[in-house]
Amino acid sequence: MKMITAMIRPGKLDAVKDALVAIDIVGMTVTDARGFGRQKGQVERYRGTEFKVDFLPKLKLMIIIPDEKLEAALSAISTAAHTGEIGDGKIFVSPVEDAIRIRTGDRGPEAL
Amino acid sequence: MGEPSAMDTFDRWRRHFADGLREPQLRRLAFALLATGAGLLPLLAGSAQAALPKVPTDGADTLLMLIGSALVLLMTPGLAFFYGGFTRSKNVLNCMMMSFFLMGLIGVLWVVIGYSLAFGLGFNSPFIGGLEHFMLKGLGGDLGDAPLADGFAISSTSFALFQGMFAIITPALISGALVERISFKAWFWFCLLWSLFVYSPMAKMVWGGGFLGPFGSIGALDFAGGTVVHIASGVAALVAAGIIGSRTTWPDNKRPPHNVPFILLGAGLLWFGWFGFNGASMFASKTAGYPFLTTSTSASAGLLAWCLLEWFKDGKPTAVGAATGAVAGLVGITPAAGFVYIPASLIIGALAALACFIAVRVKSAIQFDDSLDTFMVHGVGGTLGALLTGLFAEKALVPADYFPLSAKILEESGNFGMFIAQLKAVIFSYGFVALATAIILYILKAFMPLRVSAEEEDRGLDFVAHGEEAYDPMTN
Repeated sequence: MKMITAMIRPGKLDAVKDALVAIDIVGMTVTDARGFGRQKGQVERYRGTEFKVDFLPKLKLMIIIPDEKLEAALSAISTAAHTGEIGDGKIFVSPVEDAIRIRTGDRGPEAL
Repeated sequence: MGEPSAMDTFDRWRRHFADGLREPQLRRLAFALLATGAGLLPLLAGSAQAALPKVPTDGADTLLMLIGSALVLLMTPGLAFFYGGFTRSKNVLNCMMMSFFLMGLIGVLWVVIGYSLAFGLGFNSPFIGGLEHFMLKGLGGDLGDAPLADGFAISSTSFALFQGMFAIITPALISGALVERISFKAWFWFCLLWSLFVYSPMAKMVWGGGFLGPFGSIGALDFAGGTVVHIASGVAALVAAGIIGSRTTWPDNKRPPHNVPFILLGAGLLWFGWFGFNGASMFASKTAGYPFLTTSTSASAGLLAWCLLEWFKDGKPTAVGAATGAVAGLVGITPAAGFVYIPASLIIGALAALACFIAVRVKSAIQFDDSLDTFMVHGVGGTLGALLTGLFAEKALVPADYFPLSAKILEESGNFGMFIAQLKAVIFSYGFVALATAIILYILKAFMPLRVSAEEEDRGLDFVAHGEEAYDPMTN
């Protein structure tokens, strides 16, 4: 099993979700997140005073999938979340040792 | 009359207490205290008496005052939202409480003694009222429908309530300069003392037939509180922010407003309530049309001017700018609302926005932590409004029977003469309010810390002062 952690633009959530559902990956966890990378921050102005806001809003997706679906999932996310501008986000992949469905006690890929 | 007990005992106690206050020594002591609070002003004897015809109470006029009171009351929670939106989310409740709480504290203080100090005649002084209306005693008669005074067709009870709403919001305005670091205990005592020793004397001097007003020595015009409310709160804010000092996070670690929609909601409520603030200050429903109109047109001009300035200068009109511009226009028109026509109201609104626009940028440049721009909006806008009232006041709207000295000045030396009178009142108000505010704060400082510790400031005042949090992420 693999865990995909994807940082995406907030406006791309629905597109990413639909792309994953289309290849039969159902189930994900979304977290509000703030961060910066090459995109840097933005300058906001209130009553003429400038505020440099370094951390911009992103969504953090956590998706656990069986190994064989990894490449399909990665390409679905990258395509759906892509705009070509700085700030599209990043995807990280890490191994997962085990999974448990609390309701039934299923373990491993069964639980996904 | 089978039950003489509770009510009679209460009444006896109340009378005893009220009589006690009329004791000469007590009165002299209170007088001395007040004189100290008033910056040891020379106390001139004899405030001028109006020579107006007796009129019966009018239902429509009194209704205007009652509706006006309700409108002005709503401005205080409106202000709480307006200010609350600017703070960090960990301080929003404390910031809003600094306004909201005063509906309790000043609401009680006003009927107990504040009104009497502002509008009583007992001390026979042009600077301070008297003690005779303790607990609003002697107002309104048995049914509360007795007229306020000769020449006024509104009931004195409705007037006392209306004025009470002004007394509540004025110290609330000061809070904007002090948020995110003043201790709530210090705020409590500051508001109590400031209301008694600064607000009530200011109201007396301007509206209560006192020193600055049309029955006094200066003859200045202040329709609904340019000096009493906005200059007073603005100058007090400036002085208090200077004495209490900046937030530890200012200016290196400042944060943008945590909730801009709150700011718009608050500004909207303020505008709505300002119809009562200015409109009902006409005290007569038939002629309230102009102050209602000018209030709104000035706010519109202020909003528009501010946004256009931003658009031109920074490339984008902002929501915070729209809210601030509207409030600047409302502040500017306050002293003038019933004395000018529509064209002047547009000019006043636009100029107030321009002046405040420059002021907030100056503040930002010199890095003075008047956190939410109380002086930069209310002080600057109020000052400009007071001065422009002199330049734009219309003779037809300043009748000699209600404004004897002002009408005389306008008649003899025109709008420039009126401008000078306004200038004198502004200078006097700055001096009195600054001095009295500083005295109050230095006295308080001897008894308690004025601000919270740096650690508490970092933790957030919602929890430190109230044990609450505005936004708990774990509450579903």
